[in-house]
Amino acid sequence: MYVYQEHDQQLLNERVAQYRDQTRRYLAGELSEDEFLALRLQNGLYIQRYAPMLRIAVPYGLLSSRQLRRLAHISRTYDKGFAHVSTRQNVQMNWPALEDVPDILAELADVQMHAIQTSGNCIRNTTTDEYAGVNPKEIEDPRPWCEIIRQWSTFNPEFAYLPRKFKIAVNAVPDEDPAIIGVHDIGVQLVHNDAGETGFQVWAGGGLGRTPMTGAVIGEFVPWQHLLSYLESILRVYNKYGNRDNKYKARIKILVKALGADKYRELVEEEFAELKDGPMTLTEAEVARIQACFTDVEYRSDVDTSELDALLADNKAFNRWYHTNTRPHKQAGYRAVTLTLKKTGRVPGDISDEQLDAVADLADKYSFGEIRNSHQQNMVFSDVAASDLFALWQELDALGFATPNLGLLTDMVCCPGGDLCALANAKSIPVAESIQRRFDDMDYLHDLGKIDLNISGCMNACGHHHIGHIGILGVDKKGKEFYQVTLGGRGDRESKVGEKMGPSFESDEITDVIEKIIGLYVEKRLENEPFIDTYERIGMDPFKEHIYG
Amino acid sequence: MGKVIIDGAIVDNEWARLEADALEAGLPDGKVIVPLAYWQENRDTLMTRGDVAVWLAPGEEPKDLADDLSALSLVAIHFPAFKDGRGYSYARELRTRFAFKGEVRATGDVLRDQLFYLARCGFNAFEVREDRSIEEAVASLKDFTVRYQGDVNDPRPIYRQA
Ligand code: SF4
Repeated sequence: MYVYQEHDQQLLNERVAQYRDQTRRYLAGELSEDEFLALRLQNGLYIQRYAPMLRIAVPYGLLSSRQLRRLAHISRTYDKGFAHVSTRQNVQMNWPALEDVPDILAELADVQMHAIQTSGNCIRNTTTDEYAGVNPKEIEDPRPWCEIIRQWSTFNPEFAYLPRKFKIAVNAVPDEDPAIIGVHDIGVQLVHNDAGETGFQVWAGGGLGRTPMTGAVIGEFVPWQHLLSYLESILRVYNKYGNRDNKYKARIKILVKALGADKYRELVEEEFAELKDGPMTLTEAEVARIQACFTDVEYRSDVDTSELDALLADNKAFNRWYHTNTRPHKQAGYRAVTLTLKKTGRVPGDISDEQLDAVADLADKYSFGEIRNSHQQNMVFSDVAASDLFALWQELDALGFATPNLGLLTDMVCCPGGDLCALANAKSIPVAESIQRRFDDMDYLHDLGKIDLNISGCMNACGHHHIGHIGILGVDKKGKEFYQVTLGGRGDRESKVGEKMGPSFESDEITDVIEKIIGLYVEKRLENEPFIDTYERIGMDPFKEHIYG
Repeated sequence: MGKVIIDGAIVDNEWARLEADALEAGLPDGKVIVPLAYWQENRDTLMTRGDVAVWLAPGEEPKDLADDLSALSLVAIHFPAFKDGRGYSYARELRTRFAFKGEVRATGDVLRDQLFYLARCGFNAFEVREDRSIEEAVASLKDFTVRYQGDVNDPRPIYRQA
């Protein structure tokens, strides 16, 4: 992973000092609420329903075991002993005291971590495929490009007060969208041209939230040297012309839609003409320096896989886990293993301080000391030798992270919702739990196959409900909690926004509704047909009729 | 006379920024900064005076002044609210696209916590909001010694800084 040089560390230290002083001035009454709001948000600090929430940046989801242990320590010392993996691959602490945040930042800076730009109207954490670098389908490792974007976006002076938040994602897999770039403010697709040179197809104007839509291609092929100049051009147009009067119309998607992709492209080209070949142009040396940080895993070429087949044949539970929670790897003899943080009864994405420590130990033992957070709120050991899988499975099982439900109905994505979040219209965690309890038969879940279920407590869509095959959205009706269901969203092969099924449901109805939807799918599916394919084949009407008819 | 930060030093503010309604009675003597619309209407007479500058509100871009920049020694960019970040791009454009060498001044809701970024985007003068300490504000120009991106003062990004 990227290792800080002296200047990176220096920057973080200066940031901690700056934020410490800002907090001091706020507490001394020298900064108004509103002024401090903008400053603390640029630092990931929200004031939530019951306490502040601190969102800690995990660049493109990648963590070292040392960093994970530090998060464990912070959650133990400054919080209530658990952390939450967010859908943007970050980590959230739900109960820190505002006064303690400068100390927390100092603890983070010590392990090359921070909370810079994890909220506020600025460029947020750049995300990518959680299997980046080991995914056999990718054309090259997207993480160096993410890191290049991270550095460019960190404290970028021109784009700290944008009309609204701004999210960038990078994907290097052709014909699939594991980073859901289609629904990001900017989506960057790595491509190779006919000459084999690296470039980027750049999308802009996708997004979830109140007006969900997929983005448009703005740059068809941006050569790698010009990645940052091109991104800067897109941002400058947005900074100048994005709507600042109405926060619901302020995202770039509204601007791209209003101007049309062609006009937007024209404005970008104008800026780009000026920046292209200027000092921002990336150098081969810099790209090579950053790439070298991501090729430091020393794989063994002599992994003994001979016992694995026998173990798989003998042990049904291990076999199921292997086929559900592990996946192929670029390197022969290795697998990528996902730790599912979705055991029934546990808040999706939550992990305790002791578990964080335990996961860090396992990462050291089995996966080169690295961990990734996934946007589905799980964790990944990206580099596990096949000969270690059985032992790892046993250890994960003891920790409760080997529930073989990856990608299945109960592996749901769920925002913190009304239990914690001040913006929520409705609770989301109890809904997730109720559905998990209803679908508690692992054989049945496997029979149902891959189904993405996403739950958000309000229109802000932190639970990415629009891209769930089944999406659940909390809405407020005259002070009561209701739930609206969407079907047909996708965040897999492509990014696609789901369609509203109809009137919303009360909290005691929603689990029955999900069961009915699943029931109809089972009735209508062809052999081996996944839920989303059945939906795309038969459409919304039969579901509507079945539920409301 | 109030104070202003120019090129890192706190000095007397010789310029008065005027809103449109203050100009209804006519243009006062002395160094004044007038709204863009007023400038455009009275351009020819104002040009000859030499001590008139222009301020841009959010939504008014440097290109609206492109032909006049050589006649101006100061352009102010006004921030009705510090959260409206358009002015950062405007300042940058003034410096890089239009190669404006005069003073670029931030006025309005200008606070110490934004100063460092403003300076990097090409502002060299800051009228800090009156209820705040200008001495503390000037210190914030030294908040950071490291920068990843190039900026108006030094276009080299980190990978070109030796
Ligand atoms: S979707 Fe709404 S309720 Fe859920 S975390 Fe985001 S803002 Fe809070």
